[in-house]
Order: sequence, then C-alpha cells, then structure tokens
Amino acid sequence: MSIDVAQSAQQAGHAIRAIYVRELSAYFLTPLAYVFMAIFLISLGAFTFEIGRFFDTNQADLSPFFLFHPWLYLVFLPAIAMRLWADEARGGTLELLMSLPAPAWALVLGKFLAAWTVAGAALALTAPMWISVNWLGAPDNAAIALGYLMSFLMAGAYLSIACALSAAAGNQVVAFVLSVAVGFLFTAAGLPVVGGALGPGLADALASFSLLSHFEAAQRGVLELRSLFFYLGFIGLWLTLNTIWVSARKGG
Amino acid sequence: MQALKVSGLSKSFGGREAVRAVSFAVSTGQAVAFLGPNGAGKSTTLRMIAGFLEPDAGEAEIAGASIITARSAAQRSLGYLAEGAPLYLDLSVRAFLGFLARTHGLSAAATKDAIARVAQDAGIAEVMGARIETLSKGYRRRVALAGALVHDPAVLVLDEPTDGLDPNQKVAMRSLIRRMAETKAILISTHQLDEVEAMCSRVVLIDRGIIVTDTTRTELAARTPGGRLEDAFHALTQMERAA
Repeated sequence: MSIDVAQSAQQAGHAIRAIYVRELSAYFLTPLAYVFMAIFLISLGAFTFEIGRFFDTNQADLSPFFLFHPWLYLVFLPAIAMRLWADEARGGTLELLMSLPAPAWALVLGKFLAAWTVAGAALALTAPMWISVNWLGAPDNAAIALGYLMSFLMAGAYLSIACALSAAAGNQVVAFVLSVAVGFLFTAAGLPVVGGALGPGLADALASFSLLSHFEAAQRGVLELRSLFFYLGFIGLWLTLNTIWVSARKGG
Repeated sequence: MQALKVSGLSKSFGGREAVRAVSFAVSTGQAVAFLGPNGAGKSTTLRMIAGFLEPDAGEAEIAGASIITARSAAQRSLGYLAEGAPLYLDLSVRAFLGFLARTHGLSAAATKDAIARVAQDAGIAEVMGARIETLSKGYRRRVALAGALVHDPAVLVLDEPTDGLDPNQKVAMRSLIRRMAETKAILISTHQLDEVEAMCSRVVLIDRGIIVTDTTRTELAARTPGGRLEDAFHALTQMERAA
C-alpha cells in the first residue's frame, strides 16, 4: 500500500515538473510572456509615476508603486492564464493530457506554477524601482521585501481564479471576462465605498474576503499572518475548483 | 495473456446511449481492429479505455490495472493515439516527445534513448528539431504515434492511425504497427476495411454502441458468399439498423 502511495506521489511529481516545463516553454517560446511583461512594466511605471506621483511624495518608499498592483493584476493576470485550459480544450490536447498517468491536481498545479513564475518574473523585473529608492534615500527594506512577498502571493490569488475559470469556461475570451469580473468582486469587496454602503458589520465580513484588504497591511509594512494564510488558502481553494472542473470533463 | 480487457463499458450522452455494455479482450501479440461505421461508438469506447471519459458502467483493465480504480497504473502501460492526433504545435518534435517521456517518469538518459528509438521507429528522425506546426499532416500523425510509443507501453490503442496519410505513408505506418503487434497488444479503431486487412487478425465490430461480432478476420469474411470483408461489414451493420 505504502509503495503504491510513494509511486503515485513520484508519478505526480514527474507530471508537475513536465507540465511546468512545457507551459513555461509555451510562454517563452511565443511572444506571450514578453508582451505581457513589457506592457505590465510600462503600465506599472506609468501608474506609479503619473498617477501615484512617486516623486511628489518626497518619501523613500514604494507605497505609490504597490498601490496599483491589485488593479493591474486584475486585468493582466487573466490575460496570461486564460489560455491554460481553454487552449487544451480547443486544440484537443486535453484528451492527450488526461490519458497520461498523472492525477488532474498535478496537471493543475504544474500549469498554475508556470503562470505564477511568469508573474513572478514580471515582478522581479521591477527590482530597479527598489534599487532607485535605496539610491534616493533610506527606505525600510524589510517593509519593501514584505510588499513584494505579499504582492507575489496576491498575484497567485488572481492567477488561481483565472486558471480555474479557464478550465470551467473552455473558451479564452469567456475565461478572461469571467476572471476579470470575479477578480473585481474579490478586489472591490475591500473598497471603502462598498463598505460604506453596507454598514460596518457586513463591510468587515466582506472585506475579510478581499484581496485588496489583505494587501493593505503589507503596504504599511505590517506582516499579518492571517493575510498570508488567506492568500495561500484562497489559492488552494481555486486550484481545488480548477481540479474539479478539469476532472468534470471526464464525465463527457 | 490478455493485456487489455474491456468489460461491460457503457456511456450515455444526454440520455442517448453511445456505448452499451461493450466487452472484449486483446492479448499480447495481437492487433485487433475495432471496426464500425461513423458514429458507432468507437471513439467513445477508446476514450473510456484511455481514461479520458468516465464510463457510466463497466471497466477496462490495462496490463491488469483497472482504469477506474488504478488509473495511473493503467495509463502507465497504455500508449494512446487519440482521434485527430492532437499535438502541442508550438513545441519542437523533440520537446514534445521529451514532455511525454518525462510525464511517464523516464529519467533524462532513458528519455534520450526512448526519443532516439521512436524517432527511428516512426520515421521522424529528420524532423526532430522542427516545430510541429511546420510539419505536414503525415509527419504530425507519425509524431503522435511516436508519442504513444515513447514509454514503450504494453498496450497500444490507436484511433484512426492512418487517417490523412498518403499511400506511401500508410504502407510505412501499417508496417510499423504490424511490427509492434509482435510484442504488444494493439487495438486499432477504424472504419477502413483495407486497414483491417493489412494489419489485423481479429475484428471487433461495433454498430450503434453494441458489439455486433467479435471474430477472426478470415471467419468474418467467410460469412458472405464472395468472402469479402466489405460485404460482411455491410451485412452486419445494415442488419443491426434493420433490427
């Protein structure tokens, strides 16, 4: 029995690695990852400097930079994840994938990790911003590192929604629209305007499910474990839904 | 030894029974034709054997492992060429075969050897570095077959393996399948009778989701006065429709 479990775990590991490498090559052998990263970085720069008035704050920190991350993720991350499962359905390769000796959760995890790596690479390319504020003054580098960590986790949360809805929709455009809509709900739930309309009790309950609210503490340089667990749990929940929706296709 | 055993497989789509209690077995060293008209339930049956579709009832055993209760173990012994030979067009042939080999858990060295072996067997050595989207339909079909063979499975399930190939490519593909049949159990879904005559010793005939007959090719042909497989096929499928 334990040999079976070990063999299954090993098989799942092989599948996760194989699908991860395959998806990363799909991103980087085509213009997709490069276009995504270029537009994401240009947009982030424009928002940080033009709307966030980075230089006008006269402070050596990255608050104006982190401020726009949730909103940019909301739009850009569904764009890189929408193809993950919808493309498999369209090209008929879902049948090929599902005939391989790999559990559906391993395929889901491999694809998600590849997309998260692309998002992480885009985030890593913003490092010159961090270097710049260190050159301009003496920022709280621990707070900035926390901001990056939580931003990366938040990116994973937005991606997990988009991956799952790509499997549910089976069509790239529908997956993108649904992902932006669902992502918006989980972002807007933390906005003061929404809270004000609902009253304090309900507003707090709703805000506890908001990807935005859990990022705000990190922007202040405060590490809240509940936010860390929220993001990890959120990703886990959506990847579970993703696995269920992929497996449901076996029903025909 | 029965390497593939199908027992009572059934599947309905929206109340329509596509496959009804299909049972048959294929032994090692056999190439069996899964013959039937379009829409007879061939691809649905193959998809259930491959683990892509969940059957409503029944099960398939591949090398002794059930596709229902030991799916991964069963799929490790299965090489499956799906209908239309789906491929990752953005990958090179080598990268595609490497992906499949790694998913099956082959080591780096074993992957290299396996790719060299199937490249030779499938006649694709000269296109290993090419992106799949640049290949002709014939090459794509052979790449897909190489993918089904890369982990050296005990059972091969092939859905229309020569569909879209030119006559020369068909001859080469048939020759490869005949060679594979010496050591493997092979199930070939087709509606082309020349395919059956060229590659298979036994025929499982399905029509409207039901197995109509399961016999040797020569016995099936001998059922008609002219001794032609085509006549037997017409007679059996039309008889089924009349019923």
